[in-house]
Amino acid sequence: MMRKYVEKKNLQNKPYHTDRFWVAPQVPKEDVASDEVFAKDLEELKENFDIKEAYIQRGQLVVYISANENVEVLTFLKHQLDYNFLTELSAIDWLEKRGEFEIFYQMLSTSKRKRLRIKFFIKQKREIRTVSNVFKSADWGEREMYDMFGVIITGHHYMKRILMPEDWYDHPLKKSYPLQGDEEASWYEIDKIFGKEYRDIIGPENRDSSRVDENDTYNFARIHHEVPFGEKPSKEIVETDYQEEGGVFLIKSLKKADSVILKERP
Amino acid sequence: MAQHKINYLSEAGLPVALTTVDKLVQWGRSNSLWPMTYGLACCAIEMMATGASRYDFDRFGTIFRASPRQSDVLIIAGTLTKKHSPFMRRLYDQMTEPKWVISMGSCANTGGMFNTYATVQGADRIIPVDIYLPGCAPRPETLQYALMILQKKVRTEAASRKLKPKRLV
Repeated sequence: MMRKYVEKKNLQNKPYHTDRFWVAPQVPKEDVASDEVFAKDLEELKENFDIKEAYIQRGQLVVYISANENVEVLTFLKHQLDYNFLTELSAIDWLEKRGEFEIFYQMLSTSKRKRLRIKFFIKQKREIRTVSNVFKSADWGEREMYDMFGVIITGHHYMKRILMPEDWYDHPLKKSYPLQGDEEASWYEIDKIFGKEYRDIIGPENRDSSRVDENDTYNFARIHHEVPFGEKPSKEIVETDYQEEGGVFLIKSLKKADSVILKERP
Repeated sequence: MAQHKINYLSEAGLPVALTTVDKLVQWGRSNSLWPMTYGLACCAIEMMATGASRYDFDRFGTIFRASPRQSDVLIIAGTLTKKHSPFMRRLYDQMTEPKWVISMGSCANTGGMFNTYATVQGADRIIPVDIYLPGCAPRPETLQYALMILQKKVRTEAASRKLKPKRLV
């Protein structure tokens, strides 16, 4: 299949990728009553907890609970409803739209062969309680959630960053975080190794990845094909030898004319 | 009279080679370049292949060492992350002079396709690099060629070269 041709002239003036902030449409939601097992589970949940919303999406039950009940709900699910795996947990950044993080816990019941998702919203800089006492698998997941989104978790036994260095500034998976990093990130290794004073020696222009330097045609050229800015490199083949002309003492000199390329390995 | 008198001029030539100390020392160094095992990502697989029997680095006198104290060459094989960069600098500083650096693969050269917050955009931002190897990942032949080019470079240097502080990018 051929990709559709897109006119790419005059790129600097207008971006050709217009749907850059495309948002995927929601997967259709089904009523919980359509599934017997889920309907029964939801009924039991509703008796004990404050359930805000529930529906089935792609054969998985999604339940919205209130943020302060997360440990109790997960304990109940584990012991009473037999959802014995916490397969994944993380946050979704809705800060721009509604000023909140959406936290989700993806659960699996091996006996029922069902997957269920617990969700709730929390405001930025609000704390949630750890579920790592209920599910051991939440230990690293919660650390990653803190590292990547800055969601603060209380009661965790080792609440430290897991992926980024400990002195990293900000949380990189937030939508507001630039892909190529903020200023702190771009100077991170220089600050750490040489000290902040070294920034002036290097110069901020060297941190700009889109900068085009006149010397680039020279610096990034093939060896012996360096040309000044604006000129085309020649196609002339230049043999670079790795031994000096007179040969090297005690080392066999390669005679290229005598070498044979074997068709088959002996 | 000694029976074993050899006429050097007619047999295999004089067993005397004239050279300079610089050349002799650098010749020795160039044939025992010991790199440090420094695999950071997929380039490390190619580096290991180069060291193994088919491509056989040993015949160049190149033997991988697991310690910066014993090695002369640092082959940066793979993506250098910002979290890791202080360790790389420390290991480089722990290597004894003289030392050389080969930056292997696109990631180590310029950050490669990882133009992101977590990747160092070129290992030359923190340590001076002697040879840049293009490729993603470079073939073992490329690494061999780079090593031979480095050997040539070593041979042309003075034995007690004055260290010019290189400007980092």
